[in-house]
Amino acid sequence: MDSETAGNPSIDYELLGLKAGIEIHQQLNSREKLFCHCQNVLRKFDERSGELFRYLRATESEFGDIDAAAKAEMKQERKFCYYSYDTTCLVENDEEPPAPLNLEALEICCTIARALSMTPINQIHTMRKLVIDGSNTPGFQRTALVALDGILPNGGSIETICLEEEAAQRVEGNTFSLDRLGIPLVEITTSPCMKTPEEVRDIAAFLGMVLRSTGQVRRGLGTIRQDVNISIRDGARVEIKGVQELDLIADVVKREVLRQRNLLEIREQLKGRGASVIEEMFDVSGIFRNSKSTILKRSSSILAVRLPSFAGLVGREIQPGRRLGSEFSDYAKKCGVGGIFHTDELPAYGITEEEIAEMRAFLESNDDECIVIVAADEGKARCAAQQVIARAGWALRGIPEETRKMIDEGSTAYMRPLPGAARMYPETDVAPVTIPTDWFAALPLPELLTAKRERFIREYLLDPALATQLVSSEQAFFFEQMVTEGISPGLAARTLLSTIRELSRAGTDIQHLTEKDIIAVLMAVERGEAAKEAIPAILCMVVSGASVPDALRHCAPSLSRDALISIVQKIVDERKDFIAERGNGALGPLMGVVMAEVRGSVDGKLVSEVLRQEISALLARQKPGKGDKV
Amino acid sequence: MSREFGPGDIVTCTFGQTPRKGTYITSRDGYAVVKLENGYNIGVPFSCISRISRPEPVPAPEIFISQDEALPRLSIVSTGGTIASRIDHRTGAVTSKSDAIDILRAIPRLRSVGHYQVRNLTTILSENMTPSIWQQLARAVYEEIMDEVAGVIVTHGTDTMAYSAAALSFMLETPVPVIFVGAQRSADRPSSDSTMNALCSASAAASNLGEVTVVMHASTNDDTCAIHRGTRVRKMHTSRRDAFRSIGIPPIGNVEYPSLAVRLEPCAVRRGSCEPALNEKLEERCALLTFYPGMPPSAIEAFSGYAGLVLSGTGLGHVSKTLIQPIRNLIGEGTMVMMTSQCLHGRVCDRVYDTGRDLLKTGVIEGEDILPETALVKMMWVLGNAKDAGDAEDLMRSNLKGEYTRRSADGF
Repeated sequence: MDSETAGNPSIDYELLGLKAGIEIHQQLNSREKLFCHCQNVLRKFDERSGELFRYLRATESEFGDIDAAAKAEMKQERKFCYYSYDTTCLVENDEEPPAPLNLEALEICCTIARALSMTPINQIHTMRKLVIDGSNTPGFQRTALVALDGILPNGGSIETICLEEEAAQRVEGNTFSLDRLGIPLVEITTSPCMKTPEEVRDIAAFLGMVLRSTGQVRRGLGTIRQDVNISIRDGARVEIKGVQELDLIADVVKREVLRQRNLLEIREQLKGRGASVIEEMFDVSGIFRNSKSTILKRSSSILAVRLPSFAGLVGREIQPGRRLGSEFSDYAKKCGVGGIFHTDELPAYGITEEEIAEMRAFLESNDDECIVIVAADEGKARCAAQQVIARAGWALRGIPEETRKMIDEGSTAYMRPLPGAARMYPETDVAPVTIPTDWFAALPLPELLTAKRERFIREYLLDPALATQLVSSEQAFFFEQMVTEGISPGLAARTLLSTIRELSRAGTDIQHLTEKDIIAVLMAVERGEAAKEAIPAILCMVVSGASVPDALRHCAPSLSRDALISIVQKIVDERKDFIAERGNGALGPLMGVVMAEVRGSVDGKLVSEVLRQEISALLARQKPGKGDKV
Repeated sequence: MSREFGPGDIVTCTFGQTPRKGTYITSRDGYAVVKLENGYNIGVPFSCISRISRPEPVPAPEIFISQDEALPRLSIVSTGGTIASRIDHRTGAVTSKSDAIDILRAIPRLRSVGHYQVRNLTTILSENMTPSIWQQLARAVYEEIMDEVAGVIVTHGTDTMAYSAAALSFMLETPVPVIFVGAQRSADRPSSDSTMNALCSASAAASNLGEVTVVMHASTNDDTCAIHRGTRVRKMHTSRRDAFRSIGIPPIGNVEYPSLAVRLEPCAVRRGSCEPALNEKLEERCALLTFYPGMPPSAIEAFSGYAGLVLSGTGLGHVSKTLIQPIRNLIGEGTMVMMTSQCLHGRVCDRVYDTGRDLLKTGVIEGEDILPETALVKMMWVLGNAKDAGDAEDLMRSNLKGEYTRRSADGF
């Protein structure tokens, strides 16, 4: 990463007028989906039970406009394929009206709203938000505004929290998987109240912590996504979608600031040069008839867009790996073309110096002019050339408001224009839901994970590192349940954070382990009926279908103290010489021998105690002999 | 309080910590529904909002629709239903408020299939259809046929579309295609089946077909519409796109999407097979009754004075023994009674069991494999047009518009 993107300390973000806000999307762990009674389970693509396909088209909003974002997607007429499963239903297939709003999900959403000091809406209305990229079968996403005006630790505010349905997951291209569609999620939108990249990261981390504190959000990769809204003075509001890793947020902000600064710089240079965009496209197919470029040869239509005085600036880097030309290319791709060529990067890709010269002569263009070439069938090429003209025009004016997607390392690419309010209209199949004020006020506030960590250290005397690990895992609630049942905090924490994880890593299917079974096994250990050392073996047997009592009987047959003593005496007796030689140092090696014999029935501490006793006794018996020798 | 506000009013909504600008939409269960600038509607107490301004209503733009007169001349007769549905933003409900012109505007590609004359008959949801509206519809379609259009498209709600298609099958002799079409998903949604169904129906209306049919999605995919014979089609699912199925016969053709290529089975009646005629009389005093175990005799007696009664019996066409006498009485009073089966698939046969044989002795007409709803509509038409009781029974037993199949094919 170059020094500038890695956070050049000389950049004063406040001086640049950086304003950033975030939108956090977090999946909720309700039993069922938001608008149907399917479970929230993700599936493997090859488990699909069916495929279906549909076309989507833009429609008018309630005020008669077509949304700009929806219109942009419509530049491509696309057919979408969907995978269905035995865990999805006709609602996901857009073949049945939605069920009423899931009240369990609404309660989780309200709990989060209350934890963020927000004001709930009296009567919430589910809306249809037009999304015609194929990720929603009906062509819209259902979403409801639930509460307003929360408070952030930096003094900034949260504007809204919405309860909405998750979109289908893209398999590839225009193929989507319906298992994820409809999982409830909350969307938390902050005001543009953050002024530095680090502040954005910290607020995102804070919100993530609050969400996890409820214990009712889904965990794991892809269950939380951050969108970042960024602008700088004289720049434009840009929304960057789908930042999954918290660590990247600050870099994404830095790179967007860099992009906007560079685009503003390019604008100033273009102004100084008196640059312009010729709003006309020129057919140059004839020039490239015998081109060595396979793309040009394949295309029935090759069009040129002329940008006087743009030369050199289209190839100018604006973000690592991204040039102004990349922005043109992103816009052109919306028409279904693979990309564009521009003279700042030519000759290359099989296009020769001679061909460029011929094209310049044909167009009567001088070397100050940058020429952009698009090649495809005629419809696509015209559409793409029009897009390039539109985007190049923006370079003269400044920065377009856009929704962008993150690509590698925090750089971004254009997705679509920012959506307007026109993309929302009422979901008439779902009745409004009233949130009673007293019900909302009585919702129990979740204990924040930061507070929980302190309490774990204080109450359970946990090591701070262990406490951190525990509260940030999904097991904190279960941990406290175990302790309430009478299991010692240390044993509970170790079992959850290491034993079970190790079993999982070794390939044991811990999904089959119920909380009840784990508690039963650990209680047996607490009662002295099984050794700690036997826990993995017992759990393994339970996973493979044995009942807890059977597994205990098999892995830890009960053994009285007397029986243990006689086993130990026998072992000690057989190894007299070894003990004589090592003295008390024999304890360690003999522990293993005894433990193998008692097969996990007795706790190591007890074994060690008895063994120590018997060794001492033996040594005491041997002492006189020893003394004689001396 | 709600009376102070009108839809479209620009309001300030003071809720939570910050006042927000919004648009008043409607009143719902005592709350003011306000559309915020971010697009969301919220329901808040009326005390939270105050009006800033009331914008002048923007008149709907005049839409001129250019058409290519070289293409086949088609007629669209609209009756309402989901295919013509729009969202009422005042109440939030879906209503059948738009008409044939709206459909042409919403689906520009229709204009590459034909050029259209439009006729708005009603804007009702199809559960509100009546036999007298069937008659108006038959007259309207007949007039369009006499105007020498190449085909007629009837937009219709899906709930009772099969009844209307059967009714027009009997009331009309048509040399051109008469295509019923609807939608299962409202037209406002990008995934609506209305576009594909409308385009396929237009293509079918311009095709070589010459009978009354229903054209709707053949599967859940946007790939093919099936062409169903009007007397053999039934809505078999509450919500799926492919709810319409031909019962007892395969569809008589299909239309591929997006190519709009029409393929007709050999059994489909071809264009120009008859002269146009309208026989619009209906005897409305007819009923359809589904038998269930334990049905009391009074349920049959209630139809005393009716001209006809179609029974939807169990299995091969049965009702309980206790109903035989009331049925005998009904027929004795002059009511025509036909037996059909609630199995829908297969043929009535009242000669196998005693109950069936007793029913036949009362004078019940066996409905073969006719669909119960088609039998009802046919009975209305037959009793409205037959010369006498004997003629009526002959007509009921004859296959007039493909409502009976001669032989029961394997599979269902």
